[in-house]
Amino acid sequence: MRVVVGQGSCGIATGAKKTAAEFERLIAENNLDIKVDVTGCVGTCYLEPIVDVYDDEDNLTRYVKVQPDKVEKIVEEHLKNGSTVEEQSISSEDEEFVKRQQRVVLRNCGVINPEKIEEYIAADGYKAIEKVLNSMSPEDVIEEIKVSGLRGRGGAGFPTWFKWNAAHQSAGKEKYLVCNADEGDPGAFMDRSVLEGDPHSLIEGMIIGGYAMGATEGIIYCRAEYPLAIKRLEIAMDQAREKGYLGKNIFGSGFSFDIRIKAGAGAFVCGEETALIASLEGERGMPRLKPPFPAQKGYWQKPTDINNVETLANVPWIIYNGGEAFGSMGTEKSKGTKVFALAGKIRKGGLVEVPMGLTLNDVIFGIGGGIKNDRQFKAVQMGGPSGGCIPAELIDTPVTYEDINKTGAIVGSGGMIVMDEDTCMVDMARYFLNFTRDESCGKCNYCRIGTKRMLEILERITEGEGKEGDIELLEELANKIKDGSLCGLGQTAPNPVLTTIKYFRNEYEDHIYNKKCTAGSCKALISYNITDDCVGCTLCKKNCPVEAITGELKEKHVIDNDKCIKCGKCIESCKVGAIIKK
Amino acid sequence: MSENGCKCNCAENREAMFADLAPVLEQYAKVPGSLITILQKTQDIYGYLSVDAINYIAEVTGIKPAKIYGVATFYAQFRLKPVGKNLIMLCQGTACHVNGSQLIEEAITEHLGIQDGETTEDNLFTLNNVACLGCCSLAPVMMVKNAEGDETYGNLTKTKVKQILDEIRERA
Repeated sequence: MRVVVGQGSCGIATGAKKTAAEFERLIAENNLDIKVDVTGCVGTCYLEPIVDVYDDEDNLTRYVKVQPDKVEKIVEEHLKNGSTVEEQSISSEDEEFVKRQQRVVLRNCGVINPEKIEEYIAADGYKAIEKVLNSMSPEDVIEEIKVSGLRGRGGAGFPTWFKWNAAHQSAGKEKYLVCNADEGDPGAFMDRSVLEGDPHSLIEGMIIGGYAMGATEGIIYCRAEYPLAIKRLEIAMDQAREKGYLGKNIFGSGFSFDIRIKAGAGAFVCGEETALIASLEGERGMPRLKPPFPAQKGYWQKPTDINNVETLANVPWIIYNGGEAFGSMGTEKSKGTKVFALAGKIRKGGLVEVPMGLTLNDVIFGIGGGIKNDRQFKAVQMGGPSGGCIPAELIDTPVTYEDINKTGAIVGSGGMIVMDEDTCMVDMARYFLNFTRDESCGKCNYCRIGTKRMLEILERITEGEGKEGDIELLEELANKIKDGSLCGLGQTAPNPVLTTIKYFRNEYEDHIYNKKCTAGSCKALISYNITDDCVGCTLCKKNCPVEAITGELKEKHVIDNDKCIKCGKCIESCKVGAIIKK
Repeated sequence: MSENGCKCNCAENREAMFADLAPVLEQYAKVPGSLITILQKTQDIYGYLSVDAINYIAEVTGIKPAKIYGVATFYAQFRLKPVGKNLIMLCQGTACHVNGSQLIEEAITEHLGIQDGETTEDNLFTLNNVACLGCCSLAPVMMVKNAEGDETYGNLTKTKVKQILDEIRERA
C-alpha cells in the first residue's frame, strides 16, 4: 500500500505539505509499512489537497479536500483496516471532471512522482527518443510532426514542423532550441503544471526537437515566479544526465545535447521571440524587426528555434504513438488536444485537456460544472491580454484556432477566465489595458503612449466621467495601435477593448450616458441602500468609518450617499442582508 | 555615488562590502549575456539592488552602470529599494481580479498601512502586486516570501488575509 499526496503549487497552497507531514507522522506512530509519495497536479485544483491511496494490487482510492485534521480518520479506517472513508472520497460527479478529458500533455501529471525518472520511464518515458535515435532521421522526425498537425500552443498557433524545418535547413553547426516557459498570460497555468508535474516529458520533447533541427544546446527560459517548477526541472535534468539521455554522444548515436535553465525576470513582452532572445543575452527584453527570423539569426546570431512548454510536451507522445494518432483527434485544421486553464467564476476550476473542436459549452458547463453560486454566465475571456471576451450567446462556438479567432478573441495559451453577471466588462477592459500599459517595452510610440491614453479613457469611464465620443475614440486608437506596433504585444493589446465594445457596447453606454454600472462593480457608479428588511441592530452604523449611516436602535437605518465612500463595510457587517448596492 | 559613508571610491572598501558577491562575479562576470543572472543573484543575497552594488558590478564586469540600471528597471523582479522581512506578493492576475483581489489589497493596505511597493515601519512587511502566480483556481492568491522560504495562500477573504498577517507578525 502507498499514499500519494498531490503537491503542485496549487496543492501546496491549500496545505498539501501539512497533510503529507501528518500522514508521515501517523504512519510512523502506528508503525505501518506504508510510503508517502509526491505527485504533481491532476488538474482538479478545486478539490485540493488530493490524496491517492493505492492498495497492493494498485487499485486507487482518491480522497479530496484532505486537510491535516482529516488525515487521522483515513489512517485509522483505510490504512489500518482497509475500509474506504466514504465522506472524504471523490464524488462520481467530480470523477467525471477527469474522465471526460483526453490527456496527452497532462498524461503523467498527478500520476507519477515528478522527482523520480524511474516512474517516468515506467510510463513509456524516453521511449520516443530511443525510437528517434535508433530508427529516424531528422527529416523523419519533422515529417512525423507535420503529419500530426501540431501547432504552437503558446499563443500564435504556428505549425511546429515548419519552425523546426526552418531551423533544420539553416546553415551552421551551432544552433539553439529555446523552450519558452515564461508563462506570462495572467490566468493560464498549464505550463506550470507540466513543469511541476511531468518535467521529463518536456526534457524528452526538447531532446527530440534538438535532434530534428541539429541543435546542441537547449535553454529553458522559465519564470522566476515558479520556484517549484525550476527546482523540479533541475532535479529532472540531473537524473536525465545520469541516465545518459542528456550529454555528449547520447547512446552512441553521435548526437550531443544538453539543457540549461535561465530564470526570466518578469516581463510579459518576453513571450515575443525576439524579445526573449534579447533577454537571454542579458539585455532589456525589446523585440526587433523580423526578418531575419530567429530560425536564421537568433540567440547570439545563431539559428534558434523557440517553442512553448505545452508544444514540446506533446512531442514524445506524438513520436511514440505516431503523428496520425495525434492528428486523428481534434478538427481538420486544429488537430490534437489542448489544455485549458479554467478559472474565474467557475464551479470547478482547474486544468482540462480535451480534443480541439469541443464547444465552449462542453468545456465550461460540461466539464467545469458551470458558474459558481448559480449565477448567470456572462462571458469567457480567452487569450489573456492579447485575447478577448466571448459573450454568452456565442457559447456554442467550437474551440479551434479558426473559430475562436472569428469571435475576435484568440485561443492563446489556453486560459479561460469565466465571468458572471457581477463582472463589469468595462472594468475588465480597463484591467487588461492597465496590464499591457505596464508591460509595453516602450519601443513603439503607439503601443507606449497609445495604451496609456486608452487606459486613461477607460479609467475615466469607470469613474463616471465618461463623455460622448469616448467609445469612438477608443476604437480609433485601438486600430492605430494595432497598425503602428512592431510586435504581437502592441498588435493585440487593444483586443480586450475591441471585443468588449463589440459585444457589450450597451455597458459602455450605460457607464457614459446613464452613469450606471449594471454589474455593480465600478465604485463611483454604485450606491448603497438599506431595505425594509433592516431590523435596526445598529451594526452597520457602528462599522461605518465615515458616519454616513443614521438610525435609532430597532428602527430602519438610512445611508447618506453624499457621505458614503462605498467601502462595503456595512454590507459585510449586516446580519440580515438588508443592504443592497446597485 | 556611494550611499553610505566612504566617498573615497577606493576599490578595497567596495570589495570588503561585497565579499558575498565575489563568487557570483567570478563565475559569471566574463560569461557573455549573464547580466540578468548576476542581478538575480545579487538580489538574492542583499534583498535589493543598491546603487553601490550596481556600481560594483559595473566595475567588475565592465558593463556601464547606466546599462545595468536600464536592465534592472526593465524587469518587474528587480527592486532598487530594500524590502521588509516578509515580502507579500499579491496576485493581480485575471482570475484574481475577477474574484476580488482589489478587496484583498484594500484589506492589506488598511491592516498594515502600506501601499503597493511600500514597507512597514517595523520593516516586517513589504507589499508588491504581481502579475500572476499561476494558482488561478484558488483565486484570490498571495505568496509570502521570507527567510524560511515561500508560502502560498489561496481563497483569500478580507478576514482571512488579516488573520494570516497577524499570525506572521506573532511568529516574528
